Amino acid sequence: MNSSVPSPASAHAPVPPSPGRIRGIKVWLERHFGKFWLAIVFAFLYLPLLFMIVFSFNSTRQDARFTGFSLRWYEALLRDNRIVDGFWLSLKVATVTGLLSAVLATFAAFVLVRYKRFLGRSVFSGMVSAPLVMPEVIIGLSLLLLFVGSQNFFGFPQRGMLTIILGHTLLGTAYAMVVIQSRLMEMDRSIEEAAMDLGAKPSQVFFLVTLPNVFQAIVAGFLLAFTLSFDDVVITEFLSGPGVNTLPQVIFGYARRGINPTIYAAATILIVTVTIVIVSYAVWVARSTRRREKEIMAAGRS
Amino acid sequence: MLPKSLIPGRRFVIGVPYTWLILFFLLPFLILLYISFVDMRGSINPFKPIWDVETGTLILRYENYLSIFRTEEGAPLFRTIYVDAYLRSIWYALATAVLCLVIGYPFAYFIARSPASIRPALLLMVMLPFWTSFLLRVYAWKGLLSDNGVINRFMVFIGLTDAPIRMLYTDISMLVGMTYVYLPFMILPLYANLVKMDFRLLEAAYDLGATPLRAFWLVTVPLSKSGIIAGFMLVFIPCVGEFVIPSLLGGPGTTMIGRVVWDEMFTGNNWPRATALAVVMIGLIVVPLALYYHYTGERAEPKARK
Repeated sequence: MNSSVPSPASAHAPVPPSPGRIRGIKVWLERHFGKFWLAIVFAFLYLPLLFMIVFSFNSTRQDARFTGFSLRWYEALLRDNRIVDGFWLSLKVATVTGLLSAVLATFAAFVLVRYKRFLGRSVFSGMVSAPLVMPEVIIGLSLLLLFVGSQNFFGFPQRGMLTIILGHTLLGTAYAMVVIQSRLMEMDRSIEEAAMDLGAKPSQVFFLVTLPNVFQAIVAGFLLAFTLSFDDVVITEFLSGPGVNTLPQVIFGYARRGINPTIYAAATILIVTVTIVIVSYAVWVARSTRRREKEIMAAGRS
Repeated sequence: MLPKSLIPGRRFVIGVPYTWLILFFLLPFLILLYISFVDMRGSINPFKPIWDVETGTLILRYENYLSIFRTEEGAPLFRTIYVDAYLRSIWYALATAVLCLVIGYPFAYFIARSPASIRPALLLMVMLPFWTSFLLRVYAWKGLLSDNGVINRFMVFIGLTDAPIRMLYTDISMLVGMTYVYLPFMILPLYANLVKMDFRLLEAAYDLGATPLRAFWLVTVPLSKSGIIAGFMLVFIPCVGEFVIPSLLGGPGTTMIGRVVWDEMFTGNNWPRATALAVVMIGLIVVPLALYYHYTGERAEPKARK
């Protein structure tokens, strides 16, 4: 890393550092402190991920010394029915949560940005963002009480997948709303007005102009809600019923017991997947932004 | 502004999310509040009405709230397990926020000052761990910090300590885990604030003879005050209610209030007290939040009007 820095002695040399060397280190730090700090914090952020990736390939159960390469924990992962079932359940829950949240959040963001005056607007804006600051324990507890109460009165709903989805959607909508709202606020209203001047019906304006303009944000909102749901353990623990276990619940159960490299294998697969999704989302956004800029420039030239 | 008549189904557009929120946010919260005032004695059914149907009067029981603070004889004043858990939660949340600030501020600053071309990539690198499972990242620290774990082995290897240090299930593992998880919540608002800063102000300070450190302290820090406060709140608030981190990285001496609510609900089966504990917990979060809005709301408005 610092091969360009002239340092005559190796850092491990047992000689006491001379005053000149100390000054040299100080100068180096002053000049490179920024990079140094970035490197250290990034190392901190990525250490646990690297750790799990490395030890998911370990040949023994321990996670302090690498004893040899093996894929046995990946095999164990695929054979573990609790994990596999949990994965499919989580995938279902997260997909439905993501879709529901994206739709509800689009509604909510539209209401907040476009409708400046209606009855109970401040109550609405307070409620929609409250789950962002509400501890998950309280969200889970209050929804549990609602479902228990509703079951006492109507015999519905049974605690399980449905109640988990409802709980996750409450949280997911709040997060997705923030993303969509900020995009909707940035949006140039004049293109909507232009469309209307050209005779588009309000529904056409929404579906042909507004929606494509905020679509990127809606996708981001979906991804955010999906991730939150796929990862959530607290709300799920409150709202799931007997025999219903999402992947995080299974992992949480294993994790409290001790070292289990199967979890590292699951983590490695997840890290790779997330990296691919996030990087391709970033590339997609960058590309479509560039394309739009080109189109605008071309339109300006003609 | 669009004329109202041109927007179809305005009522529908408002009604859908409104109904959703009333049904799944407001109503559950009211039930929570309701149960916290229910009389626990003589009835395990928490849905015993709090109003007297015959006389039509409302009977609120504060018993559940009082029981949180009631001290057993001989014990120090107000030091019940509940109060202890509250205090501990606040202490962990404060310590985590301070640690995140100390680590995150220079980090956000250097990202903001790095070339504009690499900034998106650096931010993506901050977000990436944040998008991978929170639960798994916390679990990794359990392995990393254990007595025989990688970090202890490394410290012994380079001669920092002779014997492994006990880190797991102590304050160390709690603070490392919480700082790790919530660091991006501090970095992002700070970055958003610092990247907008006019760095010519710093140059002006240098021209007027300020040392870099002095210029930083007198120019940069005051200008980024709103980012600091926002980051502090974003870390502090979720930390108070943290549940997963104490379950995985904490020991018997690190119980936080989220866990206590859970135990009261499912182990103790005392729903009224669990809900009362939750209501007090909301209070703990609402007070700093209200202060925050009061403070930033007043400062942001005149600027927006300009």
